[in-house]
Amino acid sequence: MSREMGRDDLVISARSIFLNKGNRRKFSLLTLIIVSIIILSLEYFKTGPINQFRSVTKDAVFKTSYFISLPFLSLKNAYYGVSNLLKVHEENKQLKIIDLNIEELKFENQFLKEENIRLNALIEEKTLFSDNYHLTNILLDQKSPFLRSIVINKGFKHDIKIGSAVRNGSYFIGKVVGVNYLTSRVLLISDLNSKIPVIIEPNGISAIVSGNGSKFIGDIEYLPEKNQIEEGHIVYTSGADGIISSGIPIGKITIINSEKFVKFFADFDQIKYVKVYFKK
Amino acid sequence: MSLFANRIYSRTITSLPTLILFLVVILGLNISIIYENYDFIINFSYIIVFFWSLKKPEHLGYGLIFLAGIINDIVQSLPIGISSLDYLLLSAIGAFIRNRSIIYNLFYDWISFFIAILIVGSVNYIVLVTIFKIPIVYESLILGLFVTFLIYPLFFKIFVWIDNLVRVNQNDKKNR
Repeated sequence: MSREMGRDDLVISARSIFLNKGNRRKFSLLTLIIVSIIILSLEYFKTGPINQFRSVTKDAVFKTSYFISLPFLSLKNAYYGVSNLLKVHEENKQLKIIDLNIEELKFENQFLKEENIRLNALIEEKTLFSDNYHLTNILLDQKSPFLRSIVINKGFKHDIKIGSAVRNGSYFIGKVVGVNYLTSRVLLISDLNSKIPVIIEPNGISAIVSGNGSKFIGDIEYLPEKNQIEEGHIVYTSGADGIISSGIPIGKITIINSEKFVKFFADFDQIKYVKVYFKK
Repeated sequence: MSLFANRIYSRTITSLPTLILFLVVILGLNISIIYENYDFIINFSYIIVFFWSLKKPEHLGYGLIFLAGIINDIVQSLPIGISSLDYLLLSAIGAFIRNRSIIYNLFYDWISFFIAILIVGSVNYIVLVTIFKIPIVYESLILGLFVTFLIYPLFFKIFVWIDNLVRVNQNDKKNR
């Protein structure tokens, strides 16, 4: 008897939770759960009108999110602006003490230029994407354990395609993984799923740089067992995947507990504008 | 205070739970932490949805929760609909506990929240990994859920304070 009553109670509770709309509510919980499941199943349609609608919705959300986050962004920028100013002030103090040998620096600069030309010839740098790029600002900077990405203000309207290389200044920071009409998502090199074919100079060793979630260093995979890689060697994109052009600097080798990592040149915290390369 | 300012203040106070939830999902304010090779996320949106569904469901409608989930999916680049499903499940569990329980205290809510996020986390993991083949580090997910569970009491106190503000505001309205 009491068990039956208990079951009845449970049924009444479940009915009131899932079917009752309640005060000032337009939808019941069950309706919305079913709608969520239907929307989730629509993820399988990667082309056609559903995809276009999804693309427009994403654009709208990204733009709205950008405008709402503007006050927070200006606070963050002000913080970095002040800390940069303090750094420059400190650096200036130290530079005043150091006696710079300009002639020596000129020779060093000349040597580096020549070395650069030689290295470019060595890795047969393609000029495929070198001139065509958009300078764009970042709409969203998303850092979750499962995704290190940014959303940029250019989409397929601007000829951006999946796989396009993205640079911050001269340095490679990631590649485009999702393109909407007006916006695109860039997977940063620090993301767990990022795998970029690279070449380590001056020895010309090929490897794969894989993100590990850290914004400072990345893992190096598929290194030959006997390699002569030393601290400070420079890591460039190799272009072996046929999408990203070769010769874009990524970082330099750093050795931590006799394990080799890439220390990224780009400071992921302070990226405001990026160059996204495209092919017409 | 003028009548207009009074109305704005009153509206803002009453919509605070909704505003907080939408700010968290739109700005991606769920904090990501790296600790000894484990990268995990504190999911504030879970706390907000569960607390308000359990305590004052009239302040946070199901439609808004659904919409917040859709926005969260777009911002986090997750399959669209998964967060809505998570949040609505949390709401359902919150509503179920509200219907079935007589005693209300922090400890009871805390334990209920733990069970709720374990269920939601499992659904999330199963859908993302088995259906959408998205690689998720299981340890990160569990660690994130556990830390979210640990900070629940802090947010409980903040939300109770907000709830009191809303109640005072509503009483003022009635007395006017």
